[in-house]
Amino acid sequence: MALMEIDRLTKHFYHLSALSLVSFDVKPGELLGLIGPNGSGKTTLFNCVTGVLRPSRGQVRFKGADITKLSADAVYHRGISRTFQLIQLFPEMTVLENMLMAAQERKGTLLSRLLRRDEAEERDRALKLLEYLGLSSVKENLAANLSYGQQKLLDFGMALMPEPEVILLDEPMAGVNPTMIKTLVGHIQDLNAQGYTFVVIEHNMEVVMSLCRRIVVLSQGEKIAEGSPAEIHENPLVMDAYFGS
Amino acid sequence: MGRWRTRALLAGAVAVLVFPVLLEQYKLYLASLTLVYLIMAIGLNLTLGYAGQISLAHAGFMSFGAYAVAILGPLGVPFEGGLLIGALFAFFWGIVLGFPALKVKHHYLAMVTLGFNIIVFLVIRNWESLTGGSFGISGIARPQWGPLRFQSDREYFYYILGWTVLVVASAHWILHSRWGRAFRAIRENEMRAEVVGVSLRNYKLMAFAIGSAYAGVGGALFAPLLTYIDPGAFTLDRSIQFLMMVVMGGLGRFEGPFIGAVVVTLLPELLRASEGFYLIIFSLAVILMMLFMPKGLVGVWDWLVCWITRRVVGPADPPAPAEPAAVLEPK
Repeated sequence: MALMEIDRLTKHFYHLSALSLVSFDVKPGELLGLIGPNGSGKTTLFNCVTGVLRPSRGQVRFKGADITKLSADAVYHRGISRTFQLIQLFPEMTVLENMLMAAQERKGTLLSRLLRRDEAEERDRALKLLEYLGLSSVKENLAANLSYGQQKLLDFGMALMPEPEVILLDEPMAGVNPTMIKTLVGHIQDLNAQGYTFVVIEHNMEVVMSLCRRIVVLSQGEKIAEGSPAEIHENPLVMDAYFGS
Repeated sequence: MGRWRTRALLAGAVAVLVFPVLLEQYKLYLASLTLVYLIMAIGLNLTLGYAGQISLAHAGFMSFGAYAVAILGPLGVPFEGGLLIGALFAFFWGIVLGFPALKVKHHYLAMVTLGFNIIVFLVIRNWESLTGGSFGISGIARPQWGPLRFQSDREYFYYILGWTVLVVASAHWILHSRWGRAFRAIRENEMRAEVVGVSLRNYKLMAFAIGSAYAGVGGALFAPLLTYIDPGAFTLDRSIQFLMMVVMGGLGRFEGPFIGAVVVTLLPELLRASEGFYLIIFSLAVILMMLFMPKGLVGVWDWLVCWITRRVVGPADPPAPAEPAAVLEPK
């Protein structure tokens, strides 16, 4: 059974069709790639799935339940987390606070979040993740003062903090130096092997082809191909979308 | 560092307790007014400074507390009962006013809250049978606990001080909880906050409601200070004055309202010697402070604390070496 199903998802911005009847599913433990030229609707799709945007038509089902009309915070509570193409952090909070913030709403009620002071468990997980991502030495620094690569890692760490069922990564390698790309790829593979499910938007074809076992291709808001890296590589529609006929 | 901080806090507490004994009536009034304004500024700092929701309705919420004790006192309701009712009434209207905050932001929200303040002003000015209209309500009684009375200005100062300590402690408690972190998250990046599970609706409503409730407490304490209130005390000008305290003190900093309340209340008094020029000097001082200290006077405070720490305690210890790497546990 699919963990997440995208069913005929459509999004219009006035007369512009950003997504048109896009359907695919994500299986548990999968590492799915989502590629396409700029403006093909990849980030819009992530925004529709995570409740940041309300789709015009279609459905998103997660573990069989319809989550299409849920707000972003409700989608988070279902177990879906994400990173952003343009990094979105809390710049005036420390790295550790950013990590704690990413998990604090996971459990309990509004009132219990006011009354419960102890967060040893979350702190412990945050410190372990920071260690794992090589950010321990900057845990007390403000997020705004990190380098671009470190901010990308922090964004990634924040997506891992709530122990989500699915992690949507929006261009995790964009603007990152080759050494950092190797580190990030290693982390994604490592975590995928531990059971995390990933959907990755990426322009770096070398990374996508080596990382993902299945790839969905979007072009001008429509799904034009789906298959293994080898199948996508051979698909003339994909070549056409990227390089023109 | 911790030891020096404790000593400084203790010295400050002793000064606040002993200092009023030496003050004459008018200065004592100013000290009491500063504490009331501090409560107001703490409330607005929570709403605006921490949660990033602008409010120009703070004087309106203040009036709920003030009129609650002024109206209910003669009916036999104890002062604290009136204060609580005023604060709860302000809390309720804070939630109501919080709803537009879910839809509009920045200057649009400022317009909504400004409109609310004007409506409150018009209601208390025109509802003569309840509020006394433009004539206001006089002879507002100060609190009394059996034989323990807070009738004199000095006694009433200590009474206000007690409530101020309660408000400061509760605000510290809230702002250092997960709620405080969520408020800051909303202020810094609303979209990311929502994506990490923060319910914008719940937290924005709470930020408005708690800030308003503090204003209600401040208003209740304000009414018996002069023993007289009228609608003129709760105009938009007063709301802007509170806004100035929070912005000048330092938005989103716990120390900000302390500095802002003291400066905005006492600076005009210090400048009174210049007679007709004091408003011009005060306005110029505010403009210059905003130009050269955009983060507020708390920046000067930080510099001072840093300087004193360096002189008294010495340079900071070198950072501890990093702990050995741990392995992420499987999901």
